[in-house]
Amino acid sequence: MTVQAYTLDDLVKRLDPQATEGASQQYFLNLGPQHPAAHGVLRVMLFLDGETVVRAIPVLGYIHRGIEKMGESLSTRQFIHLTDRLDYLSALMNNWAVARTVEKAAGIEVSPRAEWIRTIMAELQRLQSHLLWLGVLGMDLGAFTPFLWGFRDREELTYIFEETIGARLTMNYVLPGGVMSDIHPEFAARVKKYVAYIRPKIAEYEALLSGNVILEERLRNIGRLSAEDAVSIGATGPVLRASGVALDLRKASPYGAYDKLEFQVPVGTVGDSWDRYWVRFEEMRQSIAMIEQLLGGIPEGPHMSVKPAVKVKLPEGVHYGQLETARGILGVFIAAAGGSDVPYRIHLRSPTFNNLWSVTRLAPGWRIADLVAILTTLDLVIPDIER
Amino acid sequence: MSVFSPAAVIAAPQVFEVKTLASRAATALPGSLLESALYVLLAVVWIVALLALTGLALIYLERKIAGHFQCRLGPMRVGPHGIFQTVADTIKLLVKEDFVPDGADKVLHVVAPFLALTATILLLVILPLSPILQAADMNIGVVYVTAISGFGVMGILLGGWSSNNKWSMIGAMRAGAQIISYEISATLALLVVVLFAGTLRLSGIVQSQADGWWIWRAHGVGVVAFVIYVIASTAEINRTPFDIPEGESELAAGFHTEYSGIRFAFFFLAEFINMFLVAGFAATFFWGGWMPFHVGGLDGFNSVMDLVPAGAWFAAKTSALVFLVMWFRWTFPRLRVDQMMRLEWKILLPVGFVNLFAAALVVLYGLYFFPGT
Repeated sequence: MTVQAYTLDDLVKRLDPQATEGASQQYFLNLGPQHPAAHGVLRVMLFLDGETVVRAIPVLGYIHRGIEKMGESLSTRQFIHLTDRLDYLSALMNNWAVARTVEKAAGIEVSPRAEWIRTIMAELQRLQSHLLWLGVLGMDLGAFTPFLWGFRDREELTYIFEETIGARLTMNYVLPGGVMSDIHPEFAARVKKYVAYIRPKIAEYEALLSGNVILEERLRNIGRLSAEDAVSIGATGPVLRASGVALDLRKASPYGAYDKLEFQVPVGTVGDSWDRYWVRFEEMRQSIAMIEQLLGGIPEGPHMSVKPAVKVKLPEGVHYGQLETARGILGVFIAAAGGSDVPYRIHLRSPTFNNLWSVTRLAPGWRIADLVAILTTLDLVIPDIER
Repeated sequence: MSVFSPAAVIAAPQVFEVKTLASRAATALPGSLLESALYVLLAVVWIVALLALTGLALIYLERKIAGHFQCRLGPMRVGPHGIFQTVADTIKLLVKEDFVPDGADKVLHVVAPFLALTATILLLVILPLSPILQAADMNIGVVYVTAISGFGVMGILLGGWSSNNKWSMIGAMRAGAQIISYEISATLALLVVVLFAGTLRLSGIVQSQADGWWIWRAHGVGVVAFVIYVIASTAEINRTPFDIPEGESELAAGFHTEYSGIRFAFFFLAEFINMFLVAGFAATFFWGGWMPFHVGGLDGFNSVMDLVPAGAWFAAKTSALVFLVMWFRWTFPRLRVDQMMRLEWKILLPVGFVNLFAAALVVLYGLYFFPGT
């Protein structure tokens, strides 16, 4: 394989030979890496005709930290620390993805209680992530109030996490074999209280946002991603489901305690921004329903099935595990050399990376404002894209 | 007649005599040049004070209202309930580096904020706050209002154009399209009231509502015109849901992306005072301005209403409308630029024309309430 270095101009010409010739109306604009709608350091190169996007090319590399490379010199247990920094809104699910892969590879049993804790924590975090997304969506569409409402409701969940885990954002909670610590004695009561609190709030958001004609104008039929395109790009999570493909690993290949839960997978029809919005909105309701079911029966037992070992030696070979984070399928690929707890190679299949590339197909023909709406309904977390 | 008699006050409805500061100066001019000059000075001080104090008050109010809409408190630290927060921010803006970007058109970049603020000041001059608190009045008041509010877009266009920044330019072009389009609907809505009042003079329009405000006297067309005016003028002053020229999540900060310090403060101040002006004009044209709530013929009731000073009526009406515009901002998302244009050209403008025609018929046949008086 040969790697060739291009200058930006070369890259632009390579991607679009017509971009420079015979297109006097077109002009070039950088959205990001410092831009309010970039949610961090995403950069999108835009070719515009007036306000209409002719071409949008995401440019990465502004927050690349080499997490996968670092994984080659850390034990898998140490590597879990770093996964908090991928998609920081699904920190716990990232931990879980690595832990699952290691457990599968090393044949570690997990107690029902640990699985239960993981599942309820994951669902709480999915709810938390979607609440943040809802707020950011409002802000990107020009309504500032939902942003603070979303943060307010998210904050309470953060306290619940903090009580049990000790951290608010980078949780580092799930370990191969179980979870770091047992739940706080108050946990169930607090979650129950929170569920009672959040249910009417969801209805309030529905009234503030879903019922708003301007929001509907801004999202409906904007940026349609067909099911074929979604699959060919490798989109997962709510983006894929909004396009009408009902792939949810929680249903398709249940892990944790999901096989014991009754829930539905919301699926969109046309794959426009509204469907992506609606799917996430509905997922929040489903998460609440799951949390309620989980609160019904907390299995007794240890939260850690094995003595927490610093070294977990993986058998030689290639191991893969995946699960559904708030943004889609996070796949963990570990190539183990054998005889060592440090993997030879780690690769992460992050959901946001694939979801992001749908921008190249969605944006052309729409205006800058629609591009912002499309980006926000893709629910991008930039550190997850670049790793 | 030396003894003050409450009965006499209640029996005879108050007659409002309009005395603007300009007319006082003109009256005084033949007698004493000094007195006339003092009136002119008073008018200047009044406008500057109004500009500064309304700006401070509105920015504070906006923050507090936003805070309470968003389940928080808003500014609380500087002074009791944060009332000095805006003062502190003003000082911050004054001492901040005044930055002209490389490659910008320096002259236009410097001039643009002044143009925006000038238009605002010119409109403040004519706003009738009460029979005696009006700097100047003129027989073509409505024409003046529409002409000057169109002038404000110059500052925004030039500011965006001169910044040498594509985001600024997109913002400026959006602003040009938006403000000029919505000007038409706003003017059509004002013309409805002109038809009813039969005068272009602002004080005359207020006085024509002595039997009742046009919004309810005008038999429905007034309500339609009022709604059109509120929507169109919200768009004219770039407030959500029409904050498209600024659209911070799309265009960074739109036309004022490259502005900092005092020049940014000028744009900012102009924007807030414009909100006050729009609310004030809406109150003047549709809710009677400083005219108390009157019902033609009910002299006793009208006299009781007159006990509340005219200035307080104006303040109450304007505050209510300012709150309405702030309510929009903290509830609605932003429209897209083409949707905004569609709303104007395909909905507001036809409705405005039909409404104007209907208003003409209503006036022609005297179908409105209390046409005789």
